[in-house]
Amino acid sequence: MSTPRVVVIGAGPAGTRAAEMLVAAGLKPVVVDEAPRSGGQIYRRQPQGFRRPPEKLYGFEAGKAARLHETFDRLQDKIDYRPRTMVWGTEGRNLHLADGDGRQDVIGFDALILATGAVDRIVPFEGWTMPGVYTLGGAQIALKYQACLIGRNVALVGSGPLLYLVAYQYRRAGGNLAGIFDTTPLSRELAGLPRMAANPANTAKGLYYLAWLAAHGVPMLHGVAPLRAEGEGRVARLVLRDRAGRERTFACDAIAAGYHVQSETQLADLLGCDFAFDARAGQWLPRQDEMGRSSVAGVYLAGDGALVRGADTAEATGALAALACLQDQGMPFDAAVRGQALKAMRRGSAFASALRDAFPFPEHLYENLADETILCRCEEVSVGTFRATLRDKGADEVNRAKAFCRVGMGRCQGRMCGASAARVAAQTLGVELASVGRLRGQAPVKPLPAAIQTEAGE
Amino acid sequence: MTDATKYDVVIVGGGLMGASAAFFLATRHNASVALLERGRVGAQASGVNFGNVRRQGRPFIQLPLAHHARDIWGRLPALIGEDCEFLPTGHLKIAFDEESLAALEAYNAEARHWSLSLTLVGVNRLRAEYPFLGSGALGASFSPEDGHANPRLVAPAFGRAARRAGAHILEQCEVIGATRQGEGFIIETADGRILRAPILINSAGAWSNRFAAGFGESVPMEARGPQMGVTESLPYFVSPVLGTGDSSFYMRQVKRGSVVFGGGAHVAVDLSDPRPRPRPTHLLTQLRSLTRFLPSMAGVQVVRTWSGVEGYLPDKLPALGWSAKVPGLLHAFGFSGHGFQLGPGVGSVLADLAATGDTKVPIEPFSIQRFAGNGPAKTSPAAPSSGGAR
Repeated sequence: MSTPRVVVIGAGPAGTRAAEMLVAAGLKPVVVDEAPRSGGQIYRRQPQGFRRPPEKLYGFEAGKAARLHETFDRLQDKIDYRPRTMVWGTEGRNLHLADGDGRQDVIGFDALILATGAVDRIVPFEGWTMPGVYTLGGAQIALKYQACLIGRNVALVGSGPLLYLVAYQYRRAGGNLAGIFDTTPLSRELAGLPRMAANPANTAKGLYYLAWLAAHGVPMLHGVAPLRAEGEGRVARLVLRDRAGRERTFACDAIAAGYHVQSETQLADLLGCDFAFDARAGQWLPRQDEMGRSSVAGVYLAGDGALVRGADTAEATGALAALACLQDQGMPFDAAVRGQALKAMRRGSAFASALRDAFPFPEHLYENLADETILCRCEEVSVGTFRATLRDKGADEVNRAKAFCRVGMGRCQGRMCGASAARVAAQTLGVELASVGRLRGQAPVKPLPAAIQTEAGE
Repeated sequence: MTDATKYDVVIVGGGLMGASAAFFLATRHNASVALLERGRVGAQASGVNFGNVRRQGRPFIQLPLAHHARDIWGRLPALIGEDCEFLPTGHLKIAFDEESLAALEAYNAEARHWSLSLTLVGVNRLRAEYPFLGSGALGASFSPEDGHANPRLVAPAFGRAARRAGAHILEQCEVIGATRQGEGFIIETADGRILRAPILINSAGAWSNRFAAGFGESVPMEARGPQMGVTESLPYFVSPVLGTGDSSFYMRQVKRGSVVFGGGAHVAVDLSDPRPRPRPTHLLTQLRSLTRFLPSMAGVQVVRTWSGVEGYLPDKLPALGWSAKVPGLLHAFGFSGHGFQLGPGVGSVLADLAATGDTKVPIEPFSIQRFAGNGPAKTSPAAPSSGGAR
């Protein structure tokens, strides 16, 4: 039997552990990653020449980050590593690649592990497209990667553990915080604590951030609803409604907003994987078994791209996907390793589930969105235009609405606005979120340079 | 058997042809109409095509129908309440070799006998007016009254206007059987409806042939998928639709700024998949054309590609008009990749045929009778003879 060609997409925690398993089994996988260096978003490495120590970059997670980086570095000459490379389309069992210099390549696969990670989930508010408004993840990357703060007096808005982590990191880096504005009531977060005992270490870290921030006098409000960003050409104020229903204004020069993250599933879609609406995640996800097998033979799902469960679980699911791949290829694998990874995956899944309950996605914010709010920033479609399209043109699912009013047709292809469009649609039509469907995936996964150089073209 | 709902006309297939036929039947002829659409109105070829409202380059015998359609395009706001982003920006057909140039000139000379005024654009004027064109363009033909529209909007807008006028537009309603009985047709749907009508219109696009075959009138139609792509939004720089003389490449810029492009080989597609995937390899070929045609596009990014399912007949002419075998059956399919511009005109012609048995627009060359084995033309049950002299 010839050696199977295995491709791993993504070099974060899941992709790294998958590649490690495959190499251990004697394979030489191709590892394709959009970033210039391995680590994914969570353990993103600073550019060459930057000298901040891991503790400064990753805090409590410095050990894990260092171990993952070491693993990847050890694999370098045993894998076909393609950094700065995007997989933009699929055609049968071929993947179309574009690298950072605009060169095209095609690689075939017998087995494919998708470890494509997650992206910020946002809820639009008036003024969110103004200069100075970032996603929480973007604000964190600016700091982690480039050692930049997005402002001198930053307002952080959202829900989820990332909110407090970014706050902690910004404050530690010397940034001033205009405040932490959490859309979840504190009581809800506290009620979730017992179930989070599944991962006492993570829970303790979260509580530590909270206590540290409080001790450092960072203003914190719970149960708020962001109303609008105001300013003359760029952000100068955040206006929100507090838990008591009062409108309050906070001066700031930048806002970072985000509500947990959502799986990046475009490639699974292009590959023809079956999807199902996942009520826990509040999004459509490719179907998978416990090992990460998708509905398409030879295509495996791992990491936050399969279901958002955080970096530790991503390492476990990356290993599981590789083990499933080895098993399906008829290659030997270590059942004990699989048992450990399954255990870690189940524990991580339980913790992630508790986290989702403690920091729920604030569906209610959509009810009060003003018509003037921009929903799709690429095509500049307002919430009002979208609502009118649904009501007046008989669009009863998101693709139909997209066809009529351009929501999701721009540069991001709905990666940013798709989740919000579905929620506005469901609320406007008075139906379940699942029944408005999901935007169909279409290549390219991300914008592709028209001047892409193919061998035939040179 | 359940009581059948009776209509004057039942239309199978809610593309642009069927939706506009429903509209004109309901408004012009006050007819009772049901339109049965398996998916959504205008979601197949009518909704995913390039959006060309182009007459130049068509076979001359199609021009009377195309003129009739063009007149409707210009009156969309008055007729259906919205313009569907139709812009009469002109259409520029560009020759990149001597042979294409000679063909443009010959077409140009003959077109005026068919009431289509075109202007030849010499190479100097072409370079002056379209400085962004790549080198190698030798000349062009400009059709000032042609233009482009948003294909995603048109058929649904006709469908809504037809519904407002009283037509029954039934979406997600698949026809599972249609037979001729007595004085008309009995049509059964997957959701258990039974409809009866003396006139039946077959406008089911690439799927029409299955339906025609059910009446013993199969034609050699192939299903192929065109492929389109679109760039990110750019400053507005070109209003006419541009295309090569051989239609291997074409593009248009929408007001919002993005450039839509298509052209090149059509791939065979499977009718069991209503949403064929665009092929990355074909996009790469198109991008080479795009950057050669418009070198300044080298700096932009493509954000999306799509495909669809279209029906192609061997002579690239549609099957349009009365069935040659079954009285009361009207066909409108096989538009071979250039039905969008004709669409509203076809709907208008179908409505007149269905309601009065006749049309002023000459459509005889499109009769399904031309295919071997499809027998002598049957005439309308209401009035003899269809078509008519130009």
